[in-house]
Amino acid sequence: MKDMSVALKFIPLDHYVLLCIILFSIGVLGVLYRRNTIIIIMCIELMLNSVNLLLTAFSVYHSDPTGQIFVFFIMVVAAAEVAVGLAILVMMKRNIDSVDINLLSRLKW
Amino acid sequence: MVTFSNIVKYAWLVPLLPFAGFLIIIFFSRLLKGKSSGIIASALISLSFLISLLMFFAQSDSAVKSITLNIFSWLDVGALKIPFELLIDPLSLNMMLIVSGVGLLIHVFSIGYMLHDERFNTFFAYMNLFSASMLLLVMGANYLILFMGWEGVGLCSYLLIGFWFKNDLYNLAARKAFVMNRIGDLGFILGIILLFFTFRTLNFSGVFAQLSAFTPNNSTIVIITLLLLVGALGKSAQIPLFTWLPDAMAGPTPVSALIHAATMVTAGIYLIARSSLLFNLAPFTLDIILAIGLITALFAATIGIYQNDIKKVLAYSTVSQLGYMFIALGLGVYSSAIFHLTTHAFFKALLFLGAGSIIHALSGEQDIRKMGGLKKKLPITFLTFLIATLAISGFPPFSGFFSKDEILMAAFARNPLIYVLGLFGALMTCFYMFRLLFLVFYNQFRGTPEQESHIHESPALISVPLIILAILSVVGGFLNFPEIFGGKAAQANFLSVSLTNYASNAGHMAVSTEWILMAVSVLFLLFIVAFAYNRFIKQKMLPAGDEIPLAFIPKLLSNKYYVDELYNWLIVMPYTALSEKVFPKMELNIIDKTVNSFGEYTMWLGEKVRRIQAGNISFYVFAMVTGVIFFIIINLYF
Repeated sequence: MKDMSVALKFIPLDHYVLLCIILFSIGVLGVLYRRNTIIIIMCIELMLNSVNLLLTAFSVYHSDPTGQIFVFFIMVVAAAEVAVGLAILVMMKRNIDSVDINLLSRLKW
Repeated sequence: MVTFSNIVKYAWLVPLLPFAGFLIIIFFSRLLKGKSSGIIASALISLSFLISLLMFFAQSDSAVKSITLNIFSWLDVGALKIPFELLIDPLSLNMMLIVSGVGLLIHVFSIGYMLHDERFNTFFAYMNLFSASMLLLVMGANYLILFMGWEGVGLCSYLLIGFWFKNDLYNLAARKAFVMNRIGDLGFILGIILLFFTFRTLNFSGVFAQLSAFTPNNSTIVIITLLLLVGALGKSAQIPLFTWLPDAMAGPTPVSALIHAATMVTAGIYLIARSSLLFNLAPFTLDIILAIGLITALFAATIGIYQNDIKKVLAYSTVSQLGYMFIALGLGVYSSAIFHLTTHAFFKALLFLGAGSIIHALSGEQDIRKMGGLKKKLPITFLTFLIATLAISGFPPFSGFFSKDEILMAAFARNPLIYVLGLFGALMTCFYMFRLLFLVFYNQFRGTPEQESHIHESPALISVPLIILAILSVVGGFLNFPEIFGGKAAQANFLSVSLTNYASNAGHMAVSTEWILMAVSVLFLLFIVAFAYNRFIKQKMLPAGDEIPLAFIPKLLSNKYYVDELYNWLIVMPYTALSEKVFPKMELNIIDKTVNSFGEYTMWLGEKVRRIQAGNISFYVFAMVTGVIFFIIINLYF
């Protein structure tokens, strides 16, 4: 286990940060520009996981396990969130026979 | 045997029980059927009476006469420290016994009297709330708690005067009482504020302890006492704030008995007596009190002679008797004022309840010109009414004789002229009371035959309180049986812990003078009764009907000196005129416009901004992300 964290530290922290920023931006842009609800949910997961990655990286570099424990909590919440999101998706498909997010605009003024 | 210090720990129950009764009746109003709410209310008030009685007996065995009971720290803001404390001392015990004792009898009476009213439950809720406030008023250990009770009783008075709110006139009467009381309350509030700024405390004991630093007629003390006096004038219906009390007779008769005769209107007298040490330092204020009391006593008595409504006669009589109490206060003999307050509570409550019984028997008739000959038909009411009349007129050995005599003696010691005026007032009291008695109970019945067939003696619930009050009216005088008859002036000694009579009037007169003055007053009274007997029974004179024009003085008096009209012309009309002038400019142009333009601007803004909410999720997320980025940049660079 100790060897593992030593090995991980060979990669500089900057790389992790950069990778996470890229992943997170991809997620944000996906949510912004895609209309397919499934893709949007996937992008949200991408954002969550980029944050998880960052948390783990910092946790290793600071030799502080708190960050990694926190990641488990995020995973649990994310799983619950996906369950709800997919349920909404199924209902959406049943009701309007489409997964296009732009069709859901009935609550506007 | 319970000791005083032990039983006092439960003193907080005394105001709390009736308050609990109020809450129970008001919240479970729908569940309480028949007499149950009246029984709950009476039971709770009787518990209060019982506790007060226990405290009274425990106190008479105890060496400690006065205990302050700290319940909790109420206001504690910087220099302003006002604990919620109750003061149990002879004066408050005296008042508690009157309020809960007479209150209990009137509650029981009301069960019979109000039974067929559709708002029976509400009535008892208000009555209990009134009792709670009044008990708080007399038990508070500082001016703020006193004021809390003061406002509470004012509210209940308003609610109960306007109890039959479907009649517009009654509502107007309630409003008038409230507004008149507010004028007095304003003076009282200012007095409390000035008290606080002068003494840095509102506790009675704290204020009185600092009084040695002030010389008599110190301007601050005079201003404080004058302001407190304004409060007392409003509550106790003295000139110039007395016009609300006669109108307050719009309420149900038990209300008139409890609130507008026996207890609430005496709050002003209690306030001044409680602050006796303060008023002793302001002889100037005492002189004003004396003058006001004297004028009120005579003024109201003359009006009473020409009233034809049974309750109006009694109302003006109350104003007049309160004037007597003010005379006693003004003379600095506070214990006599409280003595008269006590006996007055008995016989005036009895008179009002008797009047209630008569009105009940005549199904709502209040005009004495349409009564007459009720002696045989209402024997209990007649007998109790007769006792009350003898008591209020001041015939020995009835209670009113002793209390009124004490005041008149003090007046004689000060100045024989005050005595003569006071005696004149007492004679007028005797005249209008016997006029009432003769017109109501003697000769022939003057109402309709239909009313006559209905007349019946009231049920036990109504007549038993009458009998108890009648006994109290007879023996009440022996509470403070004067030394001249071999008594011990028990009540005055009892009260001496809380009251300090003004020193310069303490001088005793020769015993022979006192005997002569008593004999003179009794002789005059007998003469007046004979005069009234001759006029109303032998000659069977009747007050003229409303349609017959009257001579100048009777007209002036039956129209109450046109005081209401004067106030209307002097205050109400200019105020209305001013309001009508100011309304279009101030109200419409400035206030309404400001408020309305706020609303209009918000609507306009909403119209513009609502286009953002297009229902496009991508746009919302975009706005959110831009916002987050914007704040990150701000955090990084600024």
